[in-house]
Amino acid sequence: MISREEFAQIRNNGVWSQNTSLVQILGLCPLLAVTTNLVNGVMLSLATILVMAVSNVAVASLRNLIPHEIRIPVFILIVAALVTVVDLVLNAQLHQLYLVLGIFIPLIVTNCIVLARVEAFANRNPPLQSLFDGVFMGVGMLWTLALLGGLRELIGAGTLFSGIDMVLPGVQPLQLLPADYPGFLLAILPPGAFILLGCLIAWKNWIEARMAARARRPGHRQTATPAVADGR
Amino acid sequence: MTPQVRKPTAARMALRTAVILLLFVVVFTSLLAGAYLWTRPAVEAAAAEEKMKSISEVLPGELFDNDLLKSSLRIAPDPALGLEDESLAYQARRGGQVTGLVFEAVAPDGYSGRIRLLIGVGVDGSLLGVRVTQHKETPGLGDYIDPRKDRNRERPWIRQFDGLSLASVPEREWRVRKDGGRFDSLAGATVSPRAVIRAVHKALRYVEDNRQRLFAANSGEDG
Repeated sequence: MISREEFAQIRNNGVWSQNTSLVQILGLCPLLAVTTNLVNGVMLSLATILVMAVSNVAVASLRNLIPHEIRIPVFILIVAALVTVVDLVLNAQLHQLYLVLGIFIPLIVTNCIVLARVEAFANRNPPLQSLFDGVFMGVGMLWTLALLGGLRELIGAGTLFSGIDMVLPGVQPLQLLPADYPGFLLAILPPGAFILLGCLIAWKNWIEARMAARARRPGHRQTATPAVADGR
Repeated sequence: MTPQVRKPTAARMALRTAVILLLFVVVFTSLLAGAYLWTRPAVEAAAAEEKMKSISEVLPGELFDNDLLKSSLRIAPDPALGLEDESLAYQARRGGQVTGLVFEAVAPDGYSGRIRLLIGVGVDGSLLGVRVTQHKETPGLGDYIDPRKDRNRERPWIRQFDGLSLASVPEREWRVRKDGGRFDSLAGATVSPRAVIRAVHKALRYVEDNRQRLFAANSGEDG
């Protein structure tokens, strides 16, 4: 099964130290296109979590059957087939959810995060670990995209949660800045997303530099934490 | 020393990997085919329901008592509608009398690409409703042409078209107010509404030019 330390390491890797958007910088195309508001960012992430969990488990279960030389085409085959099946089943069985998530699922097929995790992690680890890796990589993406989408929406349009009524009928978006706020187009267009993403990466690096400096300060007993090994 | 293992030749290796790859392809393709066949009825039903829902937004319920999806007529591609492929129009009938028509049109000159519209026209030539079904206009700027994105919930922009006709609005007024017409638009975002207004105007003229055929009582085949 899975030990507590192993679980904690997978969780920290996914949520912070190997964050897909801030450290691995993967899957930027959907990230830039979709995070024009908070709700979109969250929805794309939820769809990605679902797909990554499913494909990681599938590849981890089959990993001993896949010859090393042809692993990439087989991974692509597995991921593409599973994403399509998820898309069809959601459409048929959970149509309300599909109306909300549906437009994001085709975006995920082209998202290299899924293939990257399959190749880097699920290919060498058992199914349970791979399941958690997929989920927590997705959770890392979730908070980053929510933050990025929320910032872009607030700066660009002065609102938060616009589009929420498509997910939770009856809930109204928040108008945080005055109603006559003229909007700031740059934040909504892709260049604004690049700039804000750059700021977020700088913010994460700043926090880590500060933490490292504090750990080095004399008198502070350094707890020897080995550098987190990543599967890449 | 381990007993000598015969090293596989390159051809044998290639054959083995090819067979394994083929097996994976067969298994996952059948998985796909199975999922497709299993979900198809539900997916089609949902798509039909979806279509009815958007049609009912441009066609008041009291205007028809027929099964719209079965009372369709083919419309050849026509530049007046901006369509490049053949499309379907749906005839609304009540007690056998044709009362209106629902059809698709495309505004080719949106700010970022084509804007697909669903238009309902009454038998008297007046607009029953217009809805944007697909667009790529800038979120938060030009996308108010879609009432689901319009911040004015009480009176979304697109409802300005309701009840208008070629007879009631003269040619030169089919423009945004900024260009001397009668339609409102938001400051700084006039490209998207201009495109929609032009497309609706052209579509109305198309209906006027083809009245005979479009409103003929027997042109749609009833199911």
